[in-house]
Amino acid sequence: MGKIWSFIHKLGSPKWFYGISARLMPWFWTAAVVLILAGSVWGLAFAPQDYQQGNSFRIIYVHVPAAFLAQSIFVSMAVAGLIFMVWKIKVADMAAAMMAPLGAAMTFIALFSGAVWGVPTWGTWWMWDARLTSMLILLFLYLGVIALRGAFSSRDSGSRAASVLAMVGVINIPIIKYSVDWWYTLHQPATFSVTSRPAMPMEMWAPLLIMVLGFYCFFIAVTLMRTRSEILRRESNKRWVRDIAGEQG
Amino acid sequence: MPSIDTRMSEGRQGSDGEPRGGLLVAVWATLKRDLTLLMRRRSEVLNPLVFFALVITLFPIGISPDPELLSTIAPGLLWVAALLAALLSLDSLFRSDYEDGSLEQLLLTPQPLAMLGLAKVAVHWLLTGLPLALMAPLLGIMLALPSGSYLTLAFSLALGTASLSLIGAIGAALTVGLSRGGVLLSLLVLPLYIPVLIFGAGAVQAAIMGDGAAAHLAILGALLALSLMLAPWAIAASLRISING
Amino acid sequence: MAFDSFQDFLAMGGHAPYVWASWGVTGALLIGIVLHARAERRRLLRMLQRRHRRQAATNQTSHRTGGERHEA
Repeated sequence: MGKIWSFIHKLGSPKWFYGISARLMPWFWTAAVVLILAGSVWGLAFAPQDYQQGNSFRIIYVHVPAAFLAQSIFVSMAVAGLIFMVWKIKVADMAAAMMAPLGAAMTFIALFSGAVWGVPTWGTWWMWDARLTSMLILLFLYLGVIALRGAFSSRDSGSRAASVLAMVGVINIPIIKYSVDWWYTLHQPATFSVTSRPAMPMEMWAPLLIMVLGFYCFFIAVTLMRTRSEILRRESNKRWVRDIAGEQG
Repeated sequence: MPSIDTRMSEGRQGSDGEPRGGLLVAVWATLKRDLTLLMRRRSEVLNPLVFFALVITLFPIGISPDPELLSTIAPGLLWVAALLAALLSLDSLFRSDYEDGSLEQLLLTPQPLAMLGLAKVAVHWLLTGLPLALMAPLLGIMLALPSGSYLTLAFSLALGTASLSLIGAIGAALTVGLSRGGVLLSLLVLPLYIPVLIFGAGAVQAAIMGDGAAAHLAILGALLALSLMLAPWAIAASLRISING
Repeated sequence: MAFDSFQDFLAMGGHAPYVWASWGVTGALLIGIVLHARAERRRLLRMLQRRHRRQAATNQTSHRTGGERHEA
């Protein structure tokens, strides 16, 4: 227990985080680039085409990883908010602040690719499909968190308000998801859903798995990098930050 | 309310320091105070109802007066309009208390803030959600809502608006310290309203189809139970942020 | 290889606009995010360095004036 506590408090120190993240970041960047490139080449050029959708199914390799990430980032944001509220660890809040726009961007990618995918499969740019609808709601949740943080003049209040809202949102996400699924099956029983498909052959899902992993690494790398910037911004009056500036200059 | 009254008097008679049943006394006092205050500002109670009726009037004008078309979309229209009317009244939930400083007093009381917040939300529901639910069947007639669903409409709205008040109060508490929180409040709260809307409008639709709305109403009840459990804590935390920030 | 030629690959079996639009927007956004993060970091470091230099300069001048006063 003692070890965990000291670990948490070490993590809480921006200086320690700044140091450890510098060592971790290159690994995540490398993994992200390698995995995304490998997954793209495999998914775009080598995976067999779908017997129903032809080559348009290759959109899955960007749609599904983005959708996964969109949800995971919201959960991580809420966890970071909880850590910030309970242990007053500032780095957690800095990370949460940096995650929100990234999550919104991922939600946008999932929405856009889903809508474009709809043209060859449904013949329309927008369908109130269960997954697309919950993605749209998730985008609104992200925008709400971002707007709330920005609305406060005091940064600390904005951080705490955004943390509370992220936690409220994360409790609601599964409820929203299930109710939207239920609503969709009630109203559109007989449409072809792009994502609930029979078992995919290995050549199809292996690149998908690689892409998902690559996107996760990308998320971690970007969050580490931007959190480091945020540390510099918020702690710019601290001695060690000034020393960094001195070394670099 | 004889039982509460006797407990109140017991509380008053409690000789030293903390009165017995202190929490109950405080909750009851908050309820009574808010009810009295709102009854003196009748327009604040009436405005959402007028808004509800107005929005419902707009739809036949904007879409079509054809009763057949209206009857198919009536459940959704009634629910969406009621939801917006409830949303409209949220901004004033903590606003006046924030401005005159009584919210700060509420924070300083020894009783848990969550319970006092819950009392305020209960008053909000009593004077917004419940009247909306009672008024909805009347507007349902105007939208040619098929018979047999009126009771379900009122009951689903009564159940649903209670959850809406609870969830909305979180947003109201978060934005009460902001000078222009009104639009932001709806941006925060509306996405969280979606499950209630789905099952509320679904209940009315199921009643129209003759499927029986018990399952929907049960889920609405479950949503209410969940928000009753969790929302008061979020409201209390949000109020603390808004006051101290 | 799922395609016979590079032309086939670009055509995506007639689904080219959809596949390439999705992938293009995703790629552009990912690259944009990285570039933005890099620009942000550089801007911050430059700002910190400027402040550092300015502070060093004021420290020096204050030292010097302090020293002169001492001599005087």
